[in-house]
Amino acid sequence: MQPTFDLWSMLFVFMLATFVGFQVIQNVSRLLHTPLMSLTNAISAIAIVGSLIITGAEHDTTSLILGAVAVAASMTNIVSGFLITDRMLKMFRDKRERQ
Amino acid sequence: MIAQHITQASYLLAAALFIFSLRWLNSPKTARRGVGAGVAGMTFAVIGTLLHPDIVTYRWIVVALVVGTIVGVPLSWVPLTAVPQRTALSHAFGGLAAGLVGTAKYMLWLEDGGLTHFRTAAIVVEVLLGFLTFTGSLMAAGKLQEVLPTRPLTYRNQNIINFALLGIAVASGIYLIVNPETWQLFPVVVVLSLVFGVLLILPIGGADMPTVISLLNSYAGLAAVAMGFVLENMLLVTAGALDGSSGFILSVIMCRAMNRSFTNVLFGAFGQVSAVQAAGEARTVKSATPQDVADILENASSVAIVPGYGMAVAQAQHRIRELYDQLTKRGIQCRFAIHPVAGRMPGHMNVLLAEAEVPYTALAEMDDINPDLPQTDVVIVVGANDVVNPAARHDRNSPIYGMPIINADRAKTVIAIKRSMNPGFAGIENELYYADNCLMAFGDAKAVLGDIVKALSGEAVAMH
Repeated sequence: MQPTFDLWSMLFVFMLATFVGFQVIQNVSRLLHTPLMSLTNAISAIAIVGSLIITGAEHDTTSLILGAVAVAASMTNIVSGFLITDRMLKMFRDKRERQ
Repeated sequence: MIAQHITQASYLLAAALFIFSLRWLNSPKTARRGVGAGVAGMTFAVIGTLLHPDIVTYRWIVVALVVGTIVGVPLSWVPLTAVPQRTALSHAFGGLAAGLVGTAKYMLWLEDGGLTHFRTAAIVVEVLLGFLTFTGSLMAAGKLQEVLPTRPLTYRNQNIINFALLGIAVASGIYLIVNPETWQLFPVVVVLSLVFGVLLILPIGGADMPTVISLLNSYAGLAAVAMGFVLENMLLVTAGALDGSSGFILSVIMCRAMNRSFTNVLFGAFGQVSAVQAAGEARTVKSATPQDVADILENASSVAIVPGYGMAVAQAQHRIRELYDQLTKRGIQCRFAIHPVAGRMPGHMNVLLAEAEVPYTALAEMDDINPDLPQTDVVIVVGANDVVNPAARHDRNSPIYGMPIINADRAKTVIAIKRSMNPGFAGIENELYYADNCLMAFGDAKAVLGDIVKALSGEAVAMH
């Protein structure tokens, strides 16, 4: 493993993803800023990926407990984040759909 | 080896789906597709991870997933007025997960000698942001739920104490990065981050909550990025960066909408200054009954409604929609003027009105509707206060001077529905109410609006 290589490629990914994020988020309809926040909440619960590896590797009891709590916390965000976003978006209708 | 490629491929796919997910939020028409893309991305990522060769047991994973689902489902049923609290709570969970994974990784690497300077640095950033976001967001949720006092809590030398604590935390962190084996400093960093999160939110008042929630959103995203650096996981870096930039953009929008800087929001303790200038000469206001209001509305051809958080407190959204229906039925143009900081989080008013079945085509942003207001016959202000205060335009001594406002006062007639003449949330006197073209309809917003609607529909019945 070459740690320096990994560090730089990760910084590149971070930089590019931030730019993509800025571009995409600036185009999000202002009507939808509340659903946007709950959706990004759910997406950033991707931290579940790291928590899963720590929990599933079962190194020792402490890391198992910390990992499992992190998995549960992330899963809560995933489930509630996606569900509530969808619930809110369902309510946004234009005139035609109302009648 | 093949399993690893499958995992990475699933991550790549997930990252692309997340970008699409946010992209489709650019219009309410495609927005629900965005949720689908997000769910698909998350599913790929989780399945890809479960195939990872490091994972040897699924028992505790299953337990944790079930617990998370049991907690998460009811959290998605909260009333929409409580969405800001739920959002703050989920930032707290996100921060907690990052902090815990960072702690676990530090302990594991401390044991097997895997701690490099770089890894420790990433862990310190992750733990600092994670735990700070955790307690800070819990405090924010407590204030929003009003289990904690919503007014700013200040004490002497607050900023000095806060910065000193943060300074000690950062110094300990740096020492730890240089000497990764000095594990005694690790709990110091953790505890100081937790304490700093609490202290950061204490002096922040309810009016600043939209900004603070957005900022915490950004921190939660950056904590996920730091976790990505710790675990050398590109998907975490990407998704965290998307979340971080989203929170950042929202906080910039909120700050601009209040004409304030980040530092001012975080360290300014809004709401203190305002109490001083409350004393002034007694001025008279004109009041109107719901019947008067109905008569005025009948003769109008265009109406704009300015809702504020007071509308949600009075649960008046459905009455507002009935009023909207009555007006549009008569061919009167009716729109809603939404200030960016109306409500307790970005976009909160839009969601509350959408729930009451107001079509989103009737919701207009401040900048879009302001030019039309001088030609608008009637503006109805419901539960909004500071965002329509003309003092923001000209009174240099006003604490809200410079804040962009909805120019309700420029309409031909303004009707303000209000419980009493008590100054609003921030304690600032609103000169709009004393203007010549302003009529006050006193009472509970829900009841007053109900009476106006009744008066309007009574006329309609009589005409048949």
